[in-house]
Amino acid sequence: MKTKRFVISSIFITTAIIFIVKLFYIQVIDDKYKLSAENNTLRHITVYPSRGFVFDRKGKIIVANRVNYDLKVVPRSIETFDTAAFCKLTGIEPDDLKKKFEKNKYSYKPVLLKKQIDEEEYARIAEELYRYPGFFVEKRSLRTYPYAAAANVLGYLGEVDAEDLKNDDYYQMGDYIGKSGIEKTYEKELRGKKGTKIYMVDVLGRIQSSYKNGKYDLPAEAGKNITSSLDIDLQKFGETLMQNKIGSIVAIEPSSGELLALVTSPAYDPNLFVGKKLARNYGKIESADNNPLFNRALRSMYPPGSTFKTVNALIALQKGLITDKTVFTVNGYNAGTYIMKDHVSGAVSFKKSIQLSSNAYYCHVFKRIISDRRFDNYADAYNDWVSYVKSFGLGTKLGTDLGTERRGIIYPASYFDKYYGKGHWNYNTVISLAIGQGELGFTPLQTANLAAIIANRGYYITPHIVKNIENEKIDKRYLEKHYTKVESKYFEPVADAMESVVTEGTAVSAYVPGLSICGKTGTAQNPHGKDHSIFIAFAPKENPEIAVAVYVENAGYGSAWAAPIASLIIEKYLTDSVSRPWLVKRIEEANLINEK
Amino acid sequence: MKSKVIQNIDFITLLLYVLLVAAGWMNIYSSSFDGSDFTFSSRYGKQLLMIGISFILFVGILFIEGHIIPAVSYYIYGIIILMLILVLFIGDKTGGSRSWFIIGSFKLQPAEFAKLATALALSQFAGRDGFKLFSSFKNLIILLMIIALPAGLILLQGDAGSALVFASFILVIYRLGLPVYFLMIIFIEVAVFISVFFISINTLFILLIAAALVVFWIFTGKGKETFIYAFAVTFLTLAGLIPVVLFRKNIPLHTVLFISVLIVLFAEVINAFGKGKFYRLLMPLLLLFYMGSAYSTDYVFYNVLKEHQRTRINVLFGIEKDITGVGYNVHQSKIAIGSGGFAGKGYLKGTQTKFNFVPEQDTDFIFCTVGEEWGFIGTAGVIIIFTVLLLRIVKLAERQRSAYSVIFGYSLASVLFFHYAVNIAMTVGLAPVIGIPLPFFSYGGSSLVSFSVFLFIFLRLDAERNTLLM
Repeated sequence: MKTKRFVISSIFITTAIIFIVKLFYIQVIDDKYKLSAENNTLRHITVYPSRGFVFDRKGKIIVANRVNYDLKVVPRSIETFDTAAFCKLTGIEPDDLKKKFEKNKYSYKPVLLKKQIDEEEYARIAEELYRYPGFFVEKRSLRTYPYAAAANVLGYLGEVDAEDLKNDDYYQMGDYIGKSGIEKTYEKELRGKKGTKIYMVDVLGRIQSSYKNGKYDLPAEAGKNITSSLDIDLQKFGETLMQNKIGSIVAIEPSSGELLALVTSPAYDPNLFVGKKLARNYGKIESADNNPLFNRALRSMYPPGSTFKTVNALIALQKGLITDKTVFTVNGYNAGTYIMKDHVSGAVSFKKSIQLSSNAYYCHVFKRIISDRRFDNYADAYNDWVSYVKSFGLGTKLGTDLGTERRGIIYPASYFDKYYGKGHWNYNTVISLAIGQGELGFTPLQTANLAAIIANRGYYITPHIVKNIENEKIDKRYLEKHYTKVESKYFEPVADAMESVVTEGTAVSAYVPGLSICGKTGTAQNPHGKDHSIFIAFAPKENPEIAVAVYVENAGYGSAWAAPIASLIIEKYLTDSVSRPWLVKRIEEANLINEK
Repeated sequence: MKSKVIQNIDFITLLLYVLLVAAGWMNIYSSSFDGSDFTFSSRYGKQLLMIGISFILFVGILFIEGHIIPAVSYYIYGIIILMLILVLFIGDKTGGSRSWFIIGSFKLQPAEFAKLATALALSQFAGRDGFKLFSSFKNLIILLMIIALPAGLILLQGDAGSALVFASFILVIYRLGLPVYFLMIIFIEVAVFISVFFISINTLFILLIAAALVVFWIFTGKGKETFIYAFAVTFLTLAGLIPVVLFRKNIPLHTVLFISVLIVLFAEVINAFGKGKFYRLLMPLLLLFYMGSAYSTDYVFYNVLKEHQRTRINVLFGIEKDITGVGYNVHQSKIAIGSGGFAGKGYLKGTQTKFNFVPEQDTDFIFCTVGEEWGFIGTAGVIIIFTVLLLRIVKLAERQRSAYSVIFGYSLASVLFFHYAVNIAMTVGLAPVIGIPLPFFSYGGSSLVSFSVFLFIFLRLDAERNTLLM
């Protein structure tokens, strides 16, 4: 019997050895089971940080987050409930509810029932929700714009598209991203950093607990708050003034290049583009008359009209072709093939040329610039002039932090060489450039910047919308002074003349006692209809605090609409009040859209 | 007398038992623990109740007279057989098998007690004075019937796993005098059985015939006769295939091969009678046996088994890989055990078992919890304890003076071994998923109580080994 016991015992021991070897292999040697176990149980859930706020220059909140709620349900964990009462409570259609349940009857995963419930409705629903096990709400954050203004500046958020996903692997499908304006430019600062929470889930994917008490969780970093240079009250005021008009207002603090207001009209309420409303409203807004999505302040190009006379005056002064004592006796200007008309005639001084906006005076000035003997030919002189103009930021991309600005139009001599033939054109061929018409196109931003340059007596800082980012320095591009090719001393007579424009010249409608506003009217010729009304200004004359450009399309002379609007903007900004409520009322009520 | 019994109880065995039951309960607690307060209505609560009942039964068994046990063996066997029949009619159908009596809130599985009853009856029958396994054909048949009857009834319930356990009695029969070559014959049979799943029945038949001829040649040294046989079978097979080809009859090759061997065997039978050398019949008979079993396995596999059972077997043998379907259990079970590493994740800290990735985690797959939370130290520990216990039982069995106790001890060791080995083999992927519990560990009152009583009766017999002669 000994052998039998031995055989049987051997079987027991052999079996044990086989088991132990196998277990040693799968538990100690082979790693794949440990990895599989983690895949089994760990779920990484993204935690969204709250997006940074945007304040205006006075600390008012202009972009904030609003909490709202998504109503969800885990179909497997509901109990029988009063569907009618539930539908009444939540406002969900019984048919929709039924459909959603039918489709996901056995799901352990939450099913979305209703999106973006606001706080008021949430309060009502939350009170009753305990009656309905399996239903719950999930907090979501949405943008809100308390002033319902500056949509073109602030921009909006939308879901990331394929391009965004490709460009930045930070984003995942369904994430929101700034699509325009500040939201887009400062996306990286505003968005913060997504965090991760690691949960352990059971076989059905239901969350059981946090993994190792959150030891490996990555907390979300809240987005940074941004203080914008915008003065929201000024912006809003500008938008009201521009209602029922097409055009724009750009206001800059000359000393810093900070944009105080950037109005484009027609405008829209930024709240229309929040969350689920975006999809509903985008097409509507886009296809509305005069496309409110088109940011005229940055993208619309107009001939600068008479405002450009200041530039030609400055260039001629710098070049020594005129002085502030130069007088031309004029009766129109003979451009060879035609006579350019001028409402001013007789002896015109430098000051008067700006004050009364003499066309002929600047034709003579321009003639001197282009026929300057220091250059071999007109083309060279012209190109030199172009380089002067460009030193004012005109016809160049200024590089604001609002994206999509247009370069503007100013052609090199080669353009005319091609058009008329080399050597076959002279100052008279392009004489309209003398008065800011013809082959020129500048954006309101660029002309506002021109006003800022004159206010600064010779330099500008790239206009920008950011004033301050929490714990972060702003881009040093927005601190750097850009000097024009015209020396500071030549600006004083131009500023003097611009002051007289308002006190006794073409823009007395812009006069506000005590503010010493300097301005220049302009009229952009419009081949399609009534001319566009332009006005640039800055104030006060000494240590200017605001420079502004106002464009009102199809509004005729600059003095008619643009000048009073500019003066209201300046007054509002400098004194925080308006002394001419009747003027505000008249402008607000004016509808200039149909006057083509 | 009683105090003497208690003194004589083998405390090593008892200690091993207590260790296993305690470890088992801790793991059931862990896998069904959900953070709430202790309650007897939970699974670990119910199991604790069952451990209490086992303890009471232990005390009860200590107090009964030792000689009563053999005396009631047949009665208990009879009652269990009746219950097995009864459960077929009034049993509760759970998970595809009709195996449970519902009594109040408890469920009783007579199949769990059938092993014990069979061991009792077997010990009583084979423990008689002068019993010899091969002394009479009748004895052998009755012995096999004692084992086959409950196994068959359990198979009728649809519980193939529990029925298979009765195969473990082969070790007892071996101890009773089954020659070692029988074990070898069985081993070859197992090999043939497994081969069916890997190679075609035709190939298997040809291999078997070839092997038989080689063995015949080696044993008898008669090359000429071997060649004649080989030639005869080949010739007959080819001849048999002619009508198949000619008349396009759909007779498979293996049938032709089988008939050919039969004809050769017939010739050999005449030859053997003529020369009186009957031992020469053994080889061809074995060959026929293997061919027959291979064929029936093949037939059962493709015609009797259901699709899911076939895939289960295929997954086991690695023929099919499917970790989401049938292979899911074993795959998840291996992940749970494997993720435990060397030292485990710590008690109550298993994630795979706790979050229900492993099915039946507190019953048939309880070993996963051990593996995940206690690591290799735990699993190796459990295997060592089981092995020591088995060796101890065999040692105790061998020191019995009554044949009854010897046979009973071996029955206990065999059944325990089969359960433990098959259960662990299935959780680590060495055997198909056969739903049998890990003794003393798995949740389930019937299993715990029946194994406990099984062990206690043996300890009781052992304690009285000097007085119990019979």
